[in-house]
Amino acid sequence: MEKKSIEQLESVASQVRRDILRMVHAVQSGHPGASLGCTEFFVALYFDQLNHDSNFKMEGKGEDLFFLSNGHISPVWYSVLSRSGYFSPEEMDTFRKLNSRLQGHPATEEGLPGIRIASGSLGQGMSVAIGAAQAKKIDGDGSTVYVLMGDGEQEEGQVWEAAMYAAHWKVDNLIATIDLNRQQIDGPTAEIMDLIDLRAKYESFGWEVIDTLQGNDMKSVVEGLEKAKSLSGKGKPVMNLLHTEMGFGVDFMVGTHKWHGIAPSDEQLANALGQLPETIGDF
Amino acid sequence: MEKTLDLKFNYTEKKDTRSGFGDGLLEAGRKNPNVVGLCADLIGSLKMGAFQKEFPERFFQTGIAEANMMGIAAGMTINGKIPFTGTFANFSTGRVYDQIRQSIAYSGKNVKICASHAGLTLGEDGATHQILEDVGMMKMLPHMTVINPCDYNQTKAATIAIAEYEGPVYLRFGRPSWPIFTDPAQKFEIGKAWKMIEGTDVTIFATGHLVWEAVVAEAILRSEGISAEVINIHTIKPLDEEAILDSVAKTGCAVTAEEHQYNGGLGDSVAQTLARHNPAPVEYVGVNDSFGESGTPTELLEKYGLNAANIVAAAKKVLARK
Ligand SMILES: Cc1ncc(C[n+]2csc(CCOP(=O)(O)OP(=O)(O)O)c2C)c(N)n1
Ligand SMILES: [Mg+2]
Repeated sequence: MEKKSIEQLESVASQVRRDILRMVHAVQSGHPGASLGCTEFFVALYFDQLNHDSNFKMEGKGEDLFFLSNGHISPVWYSVLSRSGYFSPEEMDTFRKLNSRLQGHPATEEGLPGIRIASGSLGQGMSVAIGAAQAKKIDGDGSTVYVLMGDGEQEEGQVWEAAMYAAHWKVDNLIATIDLNRQQIDGPTAEIMDLIDLRAKYESFGWEVIDTLQGNDMKSVVEGLEKAKSLSGKGKPVMNLLHTEMGFGVDFMVGTHKWHGIAPSDEQLANALGQLPETIGDF
Repeated sequence: MEKTLDLKFNYTEKKDTRSGFGDGLLEAGRKNPNVVGLCADLIGSLKMGAFQKEFPERFFQTGIAEANMMGIAAGMTINGKIPFTGTFANFSTGRVYDQIRQSIAYSGKNVKICASHAGLTLGEDGATHQILEDVGMMKMLPHMTVINPCDYNQTKAATIAIAEYEGPVYLRFGRPSWPIFTDPAQKFEIGKAWKMIEGTDVTIFATGHLVWEAVVAEAILRSEGISAEVINIHTIKPLDEEAILDSVAKTGCAVTAEEHQYNGGLGDSVAQTLARHNPAPVEYVGVNDSFGESGTPTELLEKYGLNAANIVAAAKKVLARK
């Protein structure tokens, strides 16, 4: 794939946001908030950073792999997968409907191209990503494994079992990202279960940690991922703390947990789409 | 279809069973200062907000950390507290099975594990969240009581009743809006099956949301000249074996109906009871060894064979085997 400019990536992101909102609206269910907040990350990953093949093979030998641990933000992943050629954008019309490959949470059962493990029950994805990264090391495959988690998800104990393991086994072909939107279902993380200082936590677990302070600015996100890449392969797993705003791109959704898992009404959808130019073409 | 049928039970209102839990918990909290609530970042979904608001000093948000929540709950019982844990059924059971097994069941702790969004009818979230194995897992644990009420009123009554019972309980309920057809003033008796409709040809043992489907199926069968007995098995463990054996002694065959896998569910419990005491043909209405998927509750019940029409078909099939 030809390298895209920041402007081109931003233009893709606008379409991805439309896709997210239209999917969730059509079935009146799903999780728009963090999907919108992570749009720059997904677009930068799939359209710029990842060495991947949309002619999907489960083994992904010689390819970079991505795992989504916070599976509820499936809309952004489905949009980016289809927009990068894994399946036809029309299929987004089936999201969360009966007999669809686009399940509420990502699944392998129906064989959707691009998905390598089911997720949705939080806290499990990083362990899987570490396993996949180690399998690559065993094979001498020099590609990188990426995983995205939520910040609320950090409250699950398994995340810390995985964090300890990755440093112990020097899984330095792993780049983990946390969607640091400071929100979870019941409210702000600081009120629900204070994460206090994730940088200090991961550093003390033996990780290399970077902050991407503007997780909704395409240039910063790309630079963050490049920096993370440059730090990999040096004996430590890499953590990218991605500071985002939940609901970014839609003025009435931004910065609150209220849109974690709520669908917009007809009116709200029209309002939201008015803020996001159709760039590639709606499905 | 339902409108033209002569139903033995009717409803004017629908509500989710999880709201019955939330309202029951509030009442249990008012009755007994030892009742404590815990929730893992799903206060809204579990309808625990009213309890949290009225008793902030007795409510603990654990964050998304279900295993920790089970341990905390077990610890609180040691000083006489009666903890009610709240999360989805999947994260109330499979996710934390060993924590429940060791710290709650084996240790005989008075924890009430309250589980919403059980079964297929949570709908669009899909199979990662639609647990269909939880009754089996929980009933296999020694000391554990397993309850799956059928509507808002019964869920509320059950919630209040388990606060007054000493011992670990798994209380299973759901997300969808569902007919309210039982008495709001009912007294819930743990372990006591409820014969809702008398019949002579076949017994339908139903639990949870599918009790309503069984009520509809009975009317359909009656309109075709088949007399079905409907028994509400809200408590799957301890099982009311006497009620099961008495009914099947009369009807000679049974259909079981539940929002759960065949394996490990109510069907297995009924079949085991009959096999040991009075072998009789049984047909299962349930999910046959598959995961669920995204869809609306009605679509899913149809696709996976769990609605009134399936109960009718199973009744005819089992009658032919008598
Ligand atoms: C094990 C588990 N427990 C609970 C849930 C329900 N749940 C889904 S998303 C969510 C909040 C996640 O917070 P965060 O990771 O910050 O994601 P965000 O809300 O920012 O999208 C919860 C509690 C779940 N999916 N899995
Ligand atoms: Mg968050």
